[in-house]
Amino acid sequence: MENKLIVSLSPHVHGGDSVQKNMYGVCIALLPAMLASFYFFGMGAVAVMLTSVLSCVFFEWAITKFILKRNRLTILDGSAALTGVLLAFNLPSNLPLWIIVLGALFAIGVGKMTFGGLGQNIFNPALAGRVFLLISFPVQMTTWPVSGEMSYLDAQTAATPLSIMQTAISSGDASVLNQLPSSLEMLIGQTGGSMGEVSALLLLLGCAFMLWKKIITWHIPVSIIATVLVFAGLLHLANPVYANPLQVVFSGGLMLGACYMATDYVTSPMSHKGQLIYGVCIGLLTVIIRNWGAYPEGMSFAIIIMNAFTPLINTYCKPTRFGEVVKKEVAK
Amino acid sequence: MNNLKVFLNGLIKENPTFVLLLGMCPTLGTTSSALNGMSMGLATMAVLVFSNLIIALIKNLIPDMVRIPCYIVVIASLVTILQMLIKAYAPGIDAALGLFIPLIVVNCIILGRAEAFAAKNGAVPSIFDGLGIGLGFTWALTLLGACRELLGTGKVFGLTLFPEQYGALLFVLAPGAFIVLGYLIAIFNKLKKA
Amino acid sequence: MKKLESTLPNMAIVLTSIAVIAGLALGYVNSVTAGPIEQIKAQQLSDGIKAVLNADEVAVEAPDTLESGAVVYRTDKGVSVQATDPNGFGGKLTVLVGFDNEGCIQGYQILETSETPGLGAKADQWFQKGQKGDIIGKSPARNNMTVSKDGGEVDAITASTITSRAFLRCVNSAYEALSVKEDAQTGATAQHKEEMEVSNE
Repeated sequence: MENKLIVSLSPHVHGGDSVQKNMYGVCIALLPAMLASFYFFGMGAVAVMLTSVLSCVFFEWAITKFILKRNRLTILDGSAALTGVLLAFNLPSNLPLWIIVLGALFAIGVGKMTFGGLGQNIFNPALAGRVFLLISFPVQMTTWPVSGEMSYLDAQTAATPLSIMQTAISSGDASVLNQLPSSLEMLIGQTGGSMGEVSALLLLLGCAFMLWKKIITWHIPVSIIATVLVFAGLLHLANPVYANPLQVVFSGGLMLGACYMATDYVTSPMSHKGQLIYGVCIGLLTVIIRNWGAYPEGMSFAIIIMNAFTPLINTYCKPTRFGEVVKKEVAK
Repeated sequence: MNNLKVFLNGLIKENPTFVLLLGMCPTLGTTSSALNGMSMGLATMAVLVFSNLIIALIKNLIPDMVRIPCYIVVIASLVTILQMLIKAYAPGIDAALGLFIPLIVVNCIILGRAEAFAAKNGAVPSIFDGLGIGLGFTWALTLLGACRELLGTGKVFGLTLFPEQYGALLFVLAPGAFIVLGYLIAIFNKLKKA
Repeated sequence: MKKLESTLPNMAIVLTSIAVIAGLALGYVNSVTAGPIEQIKAQQLSDGIKAVLNADEVAVEAPDTLESGAVVYRTDKGVSVQATDPNGFGGKLTVLVGFDNEGCIQGYQILETSETPGLGAKADQWFQKGQKGDIIGKSPARNNMTVSKDGGEVDAITASTITSRAFLRCVNSAYEALSVKEDAQTGATAQHKEEMEVSNE
């Protein structure tokens, strides 16, 4: 889509493509997974989601109006709401609400508006918010409720599949992996974790919807998932303390990251070749951080790191300008 | 009057941290609390004043082609002396900043001022320049440290302003240094324009 | 005064004399401060040993440095061992651990740390008596001194498993140093006896 610039005579037909339409398209795609997380985590999840979306929209409005003093308000384009939804998906459902408000302030204020607003930000705002919270409030951010617990206040906490995988590697004991739920269970969503980590299947469904609506192209999600499958598969073959690649792919925020966060227009490379490089690197980094890093989840760090490389990738994968190739051949 | 101008110049107009962006390693590394930032600033200022003074005094004795090695020897000796004195008489500061004191040697503010100011001016203005730039560095580091300490732990100079569990740990860690410094520079520029 | 020309002799003379003067100044300051620095170090060490052995007065024998890098200080109230682990979350972690004569942990003190403030840096309190990760009174001989995540019986610091692991590795290697030292000593005495017996014959 972004590779074609069609120039023609009038009358022009407007395709109806706009920021709003794409942003709300992503929101619609996330709806099934959102409902599933409400079902699994109960009222806590609803509270987290509402707080996150409302505070993101509020901060976007307040910063545009009072600090940047712009007249054109951008809160209706849906980008702030989408940031809120994605941020909530990255949080445990029993997180104190004031922490979510701080996360939203960091996501919108530091992650996005500091750089000049939508289209200028280097890092995916929702991920910036999540990483900020993960580093700042590690205790609260890594206390996960068991999915299926309906009460908000005294939800029990449990080891997530990711921490089980890391324990297996650090202890060198492959039998620890037997505590993992089966890959089918993980696919459907009966595991503890952040709100958006529960149902890989519904996230994939939403991803299919976005592909069908041409909101995103296949390059980034497919290259990330394929890289993780291959790399984790090789490790699993070499040494069984590394988990089964299917379990790796369906666990944690990998699906959410690959389909919804890494594909953010602003912070991913423009050309298809660049997107493939970007996806492969995210996949490699994710597996490396998950297996050998200090934190169990590497997806958000991998995407943030590659966000930083996006301008560089864009420079190296510039599409050839019209006539450039011919000129070189003539010069020879 | 002229000396006063030189002194004020380092405080604001040529503030080493917010305007010249010199000496970023200690700026980012030592400012995890207001007290650490201030101690680092004062230690740097002490070295800067003496190195400026000595270099201004001996500048005519130093042939141009070997001036940089000479400055480095002077600065490195001063820093080592300072480190020994701190170790002997202020073990508390040594525990907090021990690793960073030797790094004052490579702080480009010091070599920068030797080259840009002390090598061209007399002893008295050089002392004032050292004081001005040093104090400019100190207040910038103290402010940066205070912001990070406040946001990260709810304290300023160890004085609790809000309960520690509400502090965002990120600001005490390295990324917080970059983020807070960025915003402080932005605010500084905004105020300078106004 | 005119500036000196950059001729070779000039440069050599100036650089050498600056270096010599700087060297003399450094030597003088060093001779003045060496005493106080030693005193502070010794003071810190004896304070640490007193603290980890819960004693007001201790008589410390000459320290032994083992191959593992651990330093053993024998006293009349027990033994304190300084052990280091390079793999804390922020880098090197050095702990002074005090054992009584049965090898039970009497106390500990963190000597060197670069752990994260608010997380791993809590280690200086976390494992003390009455805290969540209480290790006082335990002995690596009887108790499994690893974090509960790895099957041991010590509660790790919340969200700082890596620091907790490094800390417990220090404690365990301190205990090993203790037993190595004892073996060496009993070995020495046994050899001594043998020699005595030989001379008797």
